Amino acid sequence: MSVISTGDLTTPGLGGGLRDIKQSSFLLKLLVRKELKVRYRGSVLGLLWSYVKPGVQFIVFYVALGIFLGLERSPRNPDGLANYAVYLFSGIVLINFFSEALGNAARSIVMNGNLIKKIYLPRELFPVASVWVSAVHFFPQLVVLVVGCIFAGWHPNLVQLLAAVAGFIIVGLLATGLGLLFGAANVYFRDSENLVDMLLMVATWASPVMYAWSMVEQKLGSTAFAIYQANPITIGVELFHYAFWYPTTDGSAAMPPNLFGLWLPVGLVVAVVIVVLGQYTFRRLEGRFAQEL
Amino acid sequence: MVTAIEVSNISKQFVLRHTRSLKEAVVWLAKGRKGDLSEKFHALKNVSVEVQAGETVALLGLNGSGKSTLLKHISGVMLPDTGTVKTRGRVAGLIEVGAGFHPDLSGRDNVYLNGAILGMTEQQVNDRFDEIVEFSEIGQFIDTEVKFYSSGMYLRLAFSVAVHTDPEVFLIDEILAVGDEPFQRKCIDKIQELARDGKTLVVVSHDLDLVSRICERGILLEHGNVKFDGSIHDAVALLRS
Repeated sequence: MSVISTGDLTTPGLGGGLRDIKQSSFLLKLLVRKELKVRYRGSVLGLLWSYVKPGVQFIVFYVALGIFLGLERSPRNPDGLANYAVYLFSGIVLINFFSEALGNAARSIVMNGNLIKKIYLPRELFPVASVWVSAVHFFPQLVVLVVGCIFAGWHPNLVQLLAAVAGFIIVGLLATGLGLLFGAANVYFRDSENLVDMLLMVATWASPVMYAWSMVEQKLGSTAFAIYQANPITIGVELFHYAFWYPTTDGSAAMPPNLFGLWLPVGLVVAVVIVVLGQYTFRRLEGRFAQEL
Repeated sequence: MVTAIEVSNISKQFVLRHTRSLKEAVVWLAKGRKGDLSEKFHALKNVSVEVQAGETVALLGLNGSGKSTLLKHISGVMLPDTGTVKTRGRVAGLIEVGAGFHPDLSGRDNVYLNGAILGMTEQQVNDRFDEIVEFSEIGQFIDTEVKFYSSGMYLRLAFSVAVHTDPEVFLIDEILAVGDEPFQRKCIDKIQELARDGKTLVVVSHDLDLVSRICERGILLEHGNVKFDGSIHDAVALLRS
């Protein structure tokens, strides 16, 4: 009889939370690959849908808001935003990333219920894989955005490029944190995923994707504007504007005050706090996933 | 001897929840918590089991006696309400074959995915891939999407991945009815080979003849209690009486 005494007695089912993801990176990779393969199975356009959907969305918003509602700057409308198309699209790609990441992460635990009920594995993998998949879908849109920017005379400096990275990280962290929170809650109350859908609809309009931040400040006053600004998505979108839209303009447009000194750190801190909170809730709830699913 | 699994005094209560929506919970609270929102059910009551490394144990009992629940506690899928569960080494559950399979992926992709789910590293799957395919007898269909497999092929591939994960402790839940008779015999041979290699096996099955061939020790559960713990033949005799 062989000797089997590898290590000490350990308690099964107690994971190390998000830290386990690193050890399971192989599984994470496969889960992401599976999602990417399965997402557009049986469709003719396949991955192209990842371009078509935001493209149509962009055209609709551009025509309705930019042209009809007069947000685009033109000879007849000098108060509008210069290069509104770039302004709009740079916000839309980020919001789309957030919506897809959070929407799928919130459903991921219930969707993978069959597996979670039967085999122990770090369950954080599922929301994290959802965010990862969304990041992969975000990438082609980013390429389209960059091409559009270049046509619009984009000449960014290093700080502006770093701003885009920071914006992406803030929004990615926020989606992960909220995804853990709502994904775990969804096991107990399926209302959670509907709440998320509603939240995502609000999120699109609660950050300056379609309109300029200055309009909010004019209407709301400085206190309410500060609250508006503290939203990590708002900060992420503004950072994207700074990275992609601002370098295509003549530089006369005003960026929100203290974007780097105050709001960028605030956004990061809020996002990290949400991740910690989401992870904490997730771990409190995951012990009973198997019997509730 | 080294202890492989140590289950001490665990109890588990299931809440048979009637409500799945927030609204019903709020209404219930508003009505002054009248009536029971949920019903409770004891699946395990003060169960203690100790398994030494290399032992082959069968969990026996009628439906609803808590066998599968106990197995889920050992694998870590469930956590006990009270008491503790401890295991040594890697535990892999051959719990319901094919739980991690995706119908739209090819057999090859599913081998990798399922291997990773059962805790294998990339290197391990690469090394054992040929062996897995050979054991499953899937042959050239390995690159076909799993949804086109016959149910027998599906189970064979899933079982093959599971037995090649090579953990220290194997948990097997009612999966021995795999494929046709020759393949079934092959599976049982493989499991017996694992037992000979000194792996710890915990098997749940209603096929009493089969478990008496594979296991040495039998634990009989009844309504969440351990009723008998001893040699497999005595346990089977007791269950049949």
